[in-house]
Amino acid sequence: MAREQLDKRIKKLRKDVQTLESMVRKATQEAVHALITRDSKQAKKVYLNDKKINKKRFQIERDCLITIATQQPMATDLRILASLLEVSTELERMGDYAKGIARINLLTGGKPILPPMNDLVEMTEITVDMLKRSVKAFVREDAEAARKIPKEDDKVDEIFNKIYHGLVDHMGKDPESVNHANHLQWAAHNIERMSDRVINICERTIFIVTGEMHEIEESDDEWNLQ
Amino acid sequence: MENLQRSSKKAYALIVRNLCVYYDQFLAVKNINLNIERNKITAIIGSSGCGKSTLIRSFNRMNDLIPNTHTTGSIIFEEIDILKETIKPVKIRGRIGMVFQKPNPFPKSIYDNIAWGLRINGLNGNLDNLVFRALKQAALFDDVKDKLDHSALSLTIGQQQRLCIARTIAVKPEIILMDEPASALDPIATLRIEDLMLDLAKDYTIIIVTHNMQQAARISDYTAFINMDEDQAGYLVEYGKTKQLFTNPRNQITEDYITGRFG
Repeated sequence: MAREQLDKRIKKLRKDVQTLESMVRKATQEAVHALITRDSKQAKKVYLNDKKINKKRFQIERDCLITIATQQPMATDLRILASLLEVSTELERMGDYAKGIARINLLTGGKPILPPMNDLVEMTEITVDMLKRSVKAFVREDAEAARKIPKEDDKVDEIFNKIYHGLVDHMGKDPESVNHANHLQWAAHNIERMSDRVINICERTIFIVTGEMHEIEESDDEWNLQ
Repeated sequence: MENLQRSSKKAYALIVRNLCVYYDQFLAVKNINLNIERNKITAIIGSSGCGKSTLIRSFNRMNDLIPNTHTTGSIIFEEIDILKETIKPVKIRGRIGMVFQKPNPFPKSIYDNIAWGLRINGLNGNLDNLVFRALKQAALFDDVKDKLDHSALSLTIGQQQRLCIARTIAVKPEIILMDEPASALDPIATLRIEDLMLDLAKDYTIIIVTHNMQQAARISDYTAFINMDEDQAGYLVEYGKTKQLFTNPRNQITEDYITGRFG
């Protein structure tokens, strides 16, 4: 094969991105589980493990740069490598969200989880499932699958809005809980942001396949400022 | 002899239509259609033997020097089909100059290498200004200003190539053809030639044949990809803006070639 070295490197980088995705997915699930169950030990573990996610991301970035410098990729190969850089950055930021949830858990340690947060588990499961499939579509260059995933963000937004309004109601009824509820709301917001970043990964898959950079319109763009 | 004087600015420096070049019965280049943009750098890329050099040599009738070569189609330059038999190739070569793969200075002084072309084109009197201007445009003047009477062969290979470019531009052509102009040069000399080409494109139309895709990507505005068909005739696969062609080519054959999957 003419580009055996380049193909090998890309294959390895795709595996690395899948590894990074599974690290982020696990961190997110554990962070949310620890929050809901008030498990500070698990939260601390997630918090500290973020360093491993960052380290993996830097390794991917370094390997992408070495591949670009030594293999001079063009066309689809170039788009794949540019997208690997982008996607690894997205995943690392998602890892920061998981770390943020763990931090909130540690900050709110002794206080109970407020009832509106019960929906966070479902919201998280939908998001990490979207994440897993988005990275699978990315490494398989499956633009069709990538186009379908962003629609599922509506459900995540719907649950987030429900949690948000539930917490606002709670704050109205119990002003003493404002600080605590606000912290919890940030945890839900982190998951909501994570699903937005999943859409960015889908955009990269479409870019690899078509060469076109388009932002996927989100149906919750209620501001419609255009 | 048709009038080859500079005419009003047209959109294209060259318009190539249905160009075919034969060596005896062998069809080397098949049915090429290209519009070469004025004051831009156009790169011609393709694998060895695909007809890139044959194509670029047809742009100033250099193929006429090869026995049993004949060309069909048309190449419109300044509203004139330069393939017409009534057109004298030597006149065209003054307007469409060529720089070759290996620097080929004459075994004369640096000064005379430039002045020679001016003299045979009938320019008399004090040639200094024209020689200096060409050397400056070729970014060589500072290197050689104190040794203009030295042999051109005493220069480094990179300097010799810039001297050949100076010799080409001294006669004020419209178009400069370059056939692998940097392939015999080291990386530093190559980058100097590339910088020079980018500078020259302000005043000239440049067409370059190169094996080096990164070089084409670095310097050209437009790229033409030539491939061989099953009969080994070169044909145009894709032609377009370099940025587009190297990031998202339209044609799968181009994609396969520039990503190194064949060729």
